[in-house]
Amino acid sequence: MMGNFFSYILQGTAITVGVTLVALPFGFTLGLLMALVHTYRGTILNRAAAGYSLLMRGVPPIVLLFILYFILSGKLVNLSPFWAGSLSLGIVSSAYQMEILRGALLAVGGGQMTAARAIGMSRLQSIRHIILPQALRLAIPPWSNEASIVLKDSSLVYALGVPEILRRAQQLSATTQQPFLAYGTAALIYFVLVFATNRLLDYLSERTKLPSHP
Amino acid sequence: MSDFLAFFIRFFPDLMRGAGITLVLTAQGLVAGFVLGLLAAYARVYGSKFWRGLAVGYIELFRGTPLLMQLFIIYYGLPGLGITLSRELSAFLALGFNSGAYQAEYLRGSILAIGDGQMMAGRAIGMSRFKVIWYIILPQALRLAIPAWSNEPVSLLKSTAVVFLIAVPELMAKAKSIAAQTYDPIGSYLAVAIVYLAIVYLLDAALRWLERASRIPGFEIEGKKA
Amino acid sequence: MPDPILETRNLTKIYGQNVIFRDINLKVNEGETVVIIGPSGTGKSTLLRCINLLTPHNGGQVFLDGKEITAKGYDEEEVRQHIGMVFQNFLLFNHLTALDNVMIGLTKVRRLPKEQAKAKALEELNRVGLADRADHYPGQLSGGQQQRVAIARALAMDPRVMLFDEPTSALDPELIGEVLGVMEKLVHDRMTMLVVTHEMGFAREVADRIVFMEKGSIVEEGSPDDLFYHSKHDRTREFLWKITELYGKKEKDKASTASAA
Repeated sequence: MMGNFFSYILQGTAITVGVTLVALPFGFTLGLLMALVHTYRGTILNRAAAGYSLLMRGVPPIVLLFILYFILSGKLVNLSPFWAGSLSLGIVSSAYQMEILRGALLAVGGGQMTAARAIGMSRLQSIRHIILPQALRLAIPPWSNEASIVLKDSSLVYALGVPEILRRAQQLSATTQQPFLAYGTAALIYFVLVFATNRLLDYLSERTKLPSHP
Repeated sequence: MSDFLAFFIRFFPDLMRGAGITLVLTAQGLVAGFVLGLLAAYARVYGSKFWRGLAVGYIELFRGTPLLMQLFIIYYGLPGLGITLSRELSAFLALGFNSGAYQAEYLRGSILAIGDGQMMAGRAIGMSRFKVIWYIILPQALRLAIPAWSNEPVSLLKSTAVVFLIAVPELMAKAKSIAAQTYDPIGSYLAVAIVYLAIVYLLDAALRWLERASRIPGFEIEGKKA
Repeated sequence: MPDPILETRNLTKIYGQNVIFRDINLKVNEGETVVIIGPSGTGKSTLLRCINLLTPHNGGQVFLDGKEITAKGYDEEEVRQHIGMVFQNFLLFNHLTALDNVMIGLTKVRRLPKEQAKAKALEELNRVGLADRADHYPGQLSGGQQQRVAIARALAMDPRVMLFDEPTSALDPELIGEVLGVMEKLVHDRMTMLVVTHEMGFAREVADRIVFMEKGSIVEEGSPDDLFYHSKHDRTREFLWKITELYGKKEKDKASTASAA
């Protein structure tokens, strides 16, 4: 019985991890694109990116989740709750990731771009070969914070009925009449997941560190 | 567009009631979190091994798990141990403990930034450690913390939205009920999003005022001029 | 023979494997100005901090007015009211005005009424020449001004002895003078002072006694004349010449002719 109990919640873990692994990279791609646009492109796109950032960060994630979910699982596109929820979380995260990446790009500095162009590289080449490799390394610490946040926010898809950890804990608590045990186990699993993620990213940060950067 | 405006006007009173509860939840959570955060930060910087460990445990636990999870453990889980709390109290505790863990880190950072020089100077004129902390370190640390700390009220405000899942009648809950009445989920949630944005904007302005008003002349975050 | 105001006996400080200083025996009599000189990192600052009990020591004793303040049961905080300390980095309380900085020891530690504390504080600020900056914050003052306020802050407690830990080392050259000026005034007022400094000119002009410390012990001690012209140790001579050369004084000849005599 305990075995079933645990494995049931563990399956939820797979879903939680799945949601995170969809949302994070999606948010990263979108965020990176917008960070590049915001930092290197003209005024209009610049303003648009800034506006996007303000809107997305000024509204609670769960509200955005609901709005995007209803759009993404409506008549135009029909995605399952898992995909609608994951992509929505990704879109929300993209605004925060955009800020992080923009900060990193600015920290690398205009000097690097100037130097790259002085040896004949195009803007795109400079970004790809000189700026990004440095910016991405600088971004790891704040980014790992965001990764933790997305992992924790994945619990919000509970409200969409997705059978992740929290939803399963709730079902278990109903069937076993042991709510504290059920939710307690869920808490433990989340804690381990967050802890492991932080450790992993700390390790990554150490391994990829450049000698000259702090 | 005009449809939406009409929609918004029709439900305005409802939305405002929800917004009111949201603001109350935020304020309560912020204050509770501040007290808890200050205690935890104090314990981590100046406490004995035992208190330090307790503080670290608290902070890691509440920053390492989702808020929703914490809410559910308090509201659904505790009854399993015989402790049944109302939904309002559960929401308050979850928000308070959660916010406290994050505030503890901001406060700890700024206490450490003030540095041991100030402690040494205070003790050199005969002050006890406690007096130095109370009259010298905290007044500076709290002001120093404001820029980073200003993230917290806004973050907390957004976090309150999840408590609708235990049926606390704040703004998000109103959205749900409006959606049920009008069969227009997107419109309802959009309306609520706009109200949140407005509140965040106002909150932001208030925080920027706070930062300006509490500045110590000549004392920047990097330190004094030589 | 009255007790020295300040005395250390066999004072020792060890940190891990390193001996910071060992068996330091120092006496400062009433009204005397004793200056400690020596290469950096020889524990001079730590010595001062052990004297006012800010840093724990590993052996030996400290006496203030003949009473052992390192004895068990002595209230450290009470003792520190009678020993004034001025730090290299000033360490003014940034959130308080100059006046409040000087006052806070009086109101919160001595628990004097506000008006009395304010009057005393203004008196001390006046003494260091900054009464007109009383309402300025540290961030609005130059380094030299900040250090003078720091001196006023220490003086306000009416200490028996003033300890100065390299008071001018963190200052821009042109600001050093104003601080040394205040210190010379204190010497003139017969304040008992123990000063750690690199300012040789000050030491020569003003010190009653100079103590040369190196590698954790006192190499030599004596009046400025003794040390500069009749030093008994090569190392002392070497150190002093290097420092005075740095400041462009031609003392080598004087010293060599004096010792040859």
